[in-house]
This record gives sequence, C-alpha cells and structure tokens, in this order.
Amino acid sequence: MKLRYLVACTAAAQTLTIGAAFAQTPLTMWYHGAGNEVESAIINQIVADFNASQSDWSVSLESFPQGAYNDSVVAAALAGNLPDILDVDGPVMPNWAWAGYMQPLPLDEAVIADFLPGTKGYWDGQLYSIGLWDAAVALVTRQSTLDTLGLRTPTLAEPWSGEEFMAALDAAKAAGNWDYAFDPGMAWTGEWYPYAFSPFLQSFGGDIVDRSTYQSADGVLNGDAAMAFGEWWQSLFTGGFAPGTSQDPAARDNGFIEGRYAFSWNGNWAALNALNAFDDTLFLPAPDFGNGPKIGAASWQFGVSGTSQHPEGAAAFIEFALQDEYLAAFSNGIGLIPATASAAAMTENYAEGGAMAVFFALSEAQALVRPVTPGYVVQAKVFEKALADIANGADVADTLDAAVDEIDADIARNSGYGH
Amino acid sequence: MSSKLTTSNRAGWAFAAPGIVLIATFIIVPFFFAFALSLTNQRLISPNPTQYVGLQNYRDMLSLSVLQLAPERDAAGQILRDADGTPSYPRVRDITRNPDFPQYRGMREWFRVHLGDTAHVVIARDVVFMKALVNTVTFVLVVAPVQGGLALILALLVNQKLRGITVFRAVYFMPVVVSIVVVSLLWRFIYSPDGGLLNNLLSGLTFGAFQPVNWLGNPDTALPAIMGMSIWQAVGFHMVIWLSGLQTISPTLYEAAEIEGASKWQTFRYVTWPGLRHTAVLVLIVITMQAFALFAQIDVMTRGGPLDSTQTLVFQAVERGYGKQDISGGATISVVLFLIVLTISLVQRWLTRERA
Repeated sequence: MKLRYLVACTAAAQTLTIGAAFAQTPLTMWYHGAGNEVESAIINQIVADFNASQSDWSVSLESFPQGAYNDSVVAAALAGNLPDILDVDGPVMPNWAWAGYMQPLPLDEAVIADFLPGTKGYWDGQLYSIGLWDAAVALVTRQSTLDTLGLRTPTLAEPWSGEEFMAALDAAKAAGNWDYAFDPGMAWTGEWYPYAFSPFLQSFGGDIVDRSTYQSADGVLNGDAAMAFGEWWQSLFTGGFAPGTSQDPAARDNGFIEGRYAFSWNGNWAALNALNAFDDTLFLPAPDFGNGPKIGAASWQFGVSGTSQHPEGAAAFIEFALQDEYLAAFSNGIGLIPATASAAAMTENYAEGGAMAVFFALSEAQALVRPVTPGYVVQAKVFEKALADIANGADVADTLDAAVDEIDADIARNSGYGH
Repeated sequence: MSSKLTTSNRAGWAFAAPGIVLIATFIIVPFFFAFALSLTNQRLISPNPTQYVGLQNYRDMLSLSVLQLAPERDAAGQILRDADGTPSYPRVRDITRNPDFPQYRGMREWFRVHLGDTAHVVIARDVVFMKALVNTVTFVLVVAPVQGGLALILALLVNQKLRGITVFRAVYFMPVVVSIVVVSLLWRFIYSPDGGLLNNLLSGLTFGAFQPVNWLGNPDTALPAIMGMSIWQAVGFHMVIWLSGLQTISPTLYEAAEIEGASKWQTFRYVTWPGLRHTAVLVLIVITMQAFALFAQIDVMTRGGPLDSTQTLVFQAVERGYGKQDISGGATISVVLFLIVLTISLVQRWLTRERA
C-alpha cells in the first residue's frame, strides 16, 4: 500500500517536471561558491523557488570554486560558452562589461532604490550588476584593550584621526602584551590588498588612479598625499607595529583570537569568530587620515552575460533573488551584510542592536567603491606589489613612481579602456 | 637513408604519428603563436582590435641606459658627504621624471656602480624582468651542478649490493612522486619564521645560540631557500637516471680494475665516469631546462617577493599573461626564454660532443 502510494507520487512528480521542462525556457547560471555547503544550499533554494514560482524560465545552476571562477569565465568567453546569468566580483565587472562579457541589466531602478550603494555595479552610466550583500572592514579590538591602554572609543561621528591611531599603536606596542600592535592582514595576498588598504590611501587624499578621467595615475598614486601614505605604511613595518608580508596565514586567521594582536583590520566575515572568542569585541570605524575615514565597498554581484539570448529572463531571476528573505538568508548563513535595511532587520546579527549592526552602519557611512574602470584588474595587481615592496623596505617614491608608470603604460596600451 | 625513411617505413611513421601530432599541436604550434603574439599588443580580454607593434614589446622589456651621476656639491664646490663619508647624489627620479629627458621616462634604477665619486646608474625600462632574468640564471647556475652532483653521490651510495637498499632508493625517490605544489606548501611551513621546523632544528642543534631567520621573508635568503628545497625535491629523479647509467657499466671492467690494483678513486675516475658520459649529458640538459622553468615553488611560496628577490621568467610570463591580461608581454618573455634555453642547449651539445 505504502509502496503503491510512493510510485504514484513519483509518477506525478515526473509528469510535473516534464510538463515544466516543455513550457519553460532554460537559462544557465554560474556561481562562485562551490565548496561552501551553506552558501550552496541557499543559492540552490533560490533557484528552486524561482523555477517553481513561474512557468516561463527554468534556471539551472553550476557552481565553481572561487579561486577558479574568474579564469573559468574568461576561458568560457574566449570559447563562446558563457551562461546566461553570471556572478561577478564588483570591481572586476567594468572589465567584463567593457570586454563584452556582460550586457546591461534590464532591471527597474525602483527595485534597488533602497540598496546599499556598494551593491550596485554601474559602468558607462548603466546598471550591469547588483549584489545581494556587501562586505565591510573594521578595526577589530576589545573594550578591555582600549581600557588598558586608556584610549577613547572612536565612533562613526568622531573616528580616530591618524595621529590618534598611531598613538594607540604606540601605546599597544609599549604595553608589550601582544606580539604586534596591529594586524593589517599581509598574509592575505591578492584582492585583499587593494580592497583593504587602498581606502587608507584614499583617506590620505591619494588614489590608485585619477578618477576624474581614469587615464593616468600620475600625481594621485605618487603625489604628496600618496607619498605621505607610503611613508606611514612603511613605518608600520619598520616601526615593528605590524607583521610583514611573510606573516603565516594561520596567524592571520587566528592571531587576534589567540591574543597576539591588539588591533586587527578585518572584514565582517571574520566578525562572528571574534565575537565568539571575546564578549567585549569592538568593531571600530576606520581612522581618518585627513580626507575622511574610508573603507572598501562592493562584493560579489549578479549580472547578465553578453551572449545571453534572454536578458529579460535573467533579469527576472535576479529580481526574484533580490527579495529581503534571501538577502537575510545569505546574511544569516555566511555572515554577509544584507543589501537593504529591511533585510538587515530580519537578520540575527545586523538587526538594530545586533552584534554586527555596526558593519551595516560602516558600509553606509564610509564605503567607497574601488576605481570603476576596466583597467582596475591590472591596477589592483600593481598596487598590491607596490604595497608589498614598500612594506619590505623599498624606497617609497621610487616604488610608487614605478607603479604609476606601469599603470599609465597599461592604460595607453588599452587605448584608454573606453572611458 | 632518407629515401628509406620516407618511402618504405609506413609502420614507423604510423607509430610516430600520435607523438608527432601531440608535440606539434601543443608545443611547436603554440611556440609560433607566442612568437607572433609577441609582435602585437594582444590582450587576454579586450574589445580593441589586435595591432601589429613590431619589436615594441622587446624594446619595452630589454631597454637599458646608463646615467652618470656626479655627487652634489655645496656653494664652495665641495662634495656634500654624510656622516660616514658617502657623497650624496641627485635622485634618479629627478631625471627619469624630468620633461627635459623624455627618453628616460618610465625607466627605473636597476643597480649602480661607483667609480671614484661618480655613480654609474644602470636604469632599465623593465626592472622586474631584469631581476627575474638574473634570478633565473643564478638559480640554474647553482642548481644544475649541485643537484647533478648530489644525485650522482646518492646513485653511487644506493648502487651497492646491501640488504634493504631498495628502501633507500624508494626514500630518496619519494619527493619526486609528491606533487610540487604539496612539497612547496610543506616547505613553507618548514621555513616559517615563527615556529618553523628549520629554525627549531637549528636552534636545537646550537643549544639556542641560533637566531631564528625569516627564510622566505628576507630578500637575501629567499632565493637560496627555494634553491635548497628545489634541489631536495628533484634530486631523486636524477639519482635514478644516474643509477640506470651506472648499471649499464659492465662488471668485467670493475673486475679488471680490481685485478690491476686500482684505488676506489681511480676506479671511479677511469671506469665509472667515462661510462657515465651520455648519462651526464642527459642529466645536465634536463636539469638546466627544468631549472629555467622554475614556477610552481615561486607561485606557492613567495610570489616573486620579497622585493623581487625570487622573480623568475616563467612566473613573470604567467603573471603578465594571465594576471595582468597582457598576453603579448607574457609571450615576449616566453620567446626570450626559449632563445636562451635553445642557445644553452646548443652550447652544451657542442661542448659535450664526441670528439673524433
């Protein structure tokens, strides 16, 4: 009896699937989160909900490990095999849009009116990508550390100045309770450098490239402000405040929790760990080095591939995924900052008074996107190498000059990157 | 001979065909592609059309100039010196970034030599490439003889008829079987400055007198550290090649040497070594080519740092071609590397030729 019931059910389910497959136009989608079970479960749920919610489109998902994702997209684009829906790291989007891998996202602006600015990917005046979440960085420390060192607690309205920050590091170093006063995270090579450290440069008044034209870095990456930034950056390492480029990745991941660093420059994704370790963990806003406190913005976002025949279907899926409940699910699942205030209210950590609500405020108040240009991919690499070299004791002016020359030569070779 | 090769040996060609097709598709054709790409501005990702740029990529990579800097003088014409008597010189960037000298724009100091009080500064358009070239050549010059020599010693040691000698052969060969990426990761832990195995070992052996060294974080020790682990990793492979050479030497020659009363050294010098002649050529060429292709260790352990002390040609080719999306730049490095390796192989062949 039971068996017969099961067979009947299966048959019914099969008829359903077949019926659906005939009516729905298939769409393919690629995602960078393979290997993360929680993340995969959420994105699979969204796809399943979408396919069940309407009869026009049927999305099928393929996940890639993050490390291989960008290479896979580039290879697929060269071979002409792009899916309909892509996810893309925010700062890389202009490069793909410029190269024709993506097309503008046909989405009603009203849908995303309440979204955090860092989640919207604009290139050439058009929306190409939209994120379900953002990420933010804060100066992580403990209330007990501030009390021991006799430091005032900086706030969003009144962050530390550069001098106050260095005074705090001096005090922490003199106290001798920690291996290092400050952990900027030098072990995290790659995109972490421009994401986490270029806001310091911007707070000094410099930048990776001149954003008024995007045609040169001369004067902004090697001007007086940038030189001051470079000297300050080098002093962190020559002064013994921070571990250098040979920091052990394990020390980066666990050093703060193990009490080896007084202050850590770290993202919201590591916040839960720190909170679990210490009840009095604080997430402080970035220091203001003269041009306002700054942190990086933009994380992974969704967009439509350049070769897709069904941009309206892709947009329908993306709009479906932008519902608050999914934003909140991602936030609860993997600790990301939900893109809207209404979704934040639905989460455990980002709701008013939640443990990580401060990150939502930081994202709103201090976030600055990385340079919006197709050349960013190269500029990020050049910037990373310059910062590593300066940390290792290279001459600041010569290193920044060399970075400027390389960026300018690259822009020239690409005929200005279409700006 | 040639007529026989082309007309009557169909089976031979048929057997060779798969190999020839694969080598042609994946090695010969790509090389000609690389050469063609190095004459263009081809990008990995770009909507711009590819343009022919002639030898511009080679000029951008290989240009060198020498600046002669006179020391700065005070109003009385005396050379300005700092506390320990070193004269002070104008900064190179005041010249390379000066609109009066557009020919030096974009160049950077590579190294300088002092002759008298004048500083001769060698400036290069692509300092990173120059450093990569020097590092790669240094790596080959150290690794080829040391690895070849160590492998020969190991081969002689394991070529004895002892109980359990296969265990030693297997142990020495083991690192070759393990993926180079895994080996590199393990050695990163061994070289780690805080609590790494090597530092602990050295400080234990010297009863704490040894000061921990940041092996991969110090520009002076990073390349030697990578040389050391590279030699360790591949020495077993070359040991096996030597071993096969050793076992082709006829035992009657050794018996004869023994009867003649030859010492151990004489036996090695006049029996073993001449018998290993072809093996030596093979080992040397293989090590040289492998050493020029140094990439995985760099990518995993240092990524070219600190301060470019471990940049290598292949790492730069990949970094430029894929990381910086500059396919033409990566192709240019590949062509230069090919020419270098080709030249060295030809010279080695000529030096080790059979003399009539």
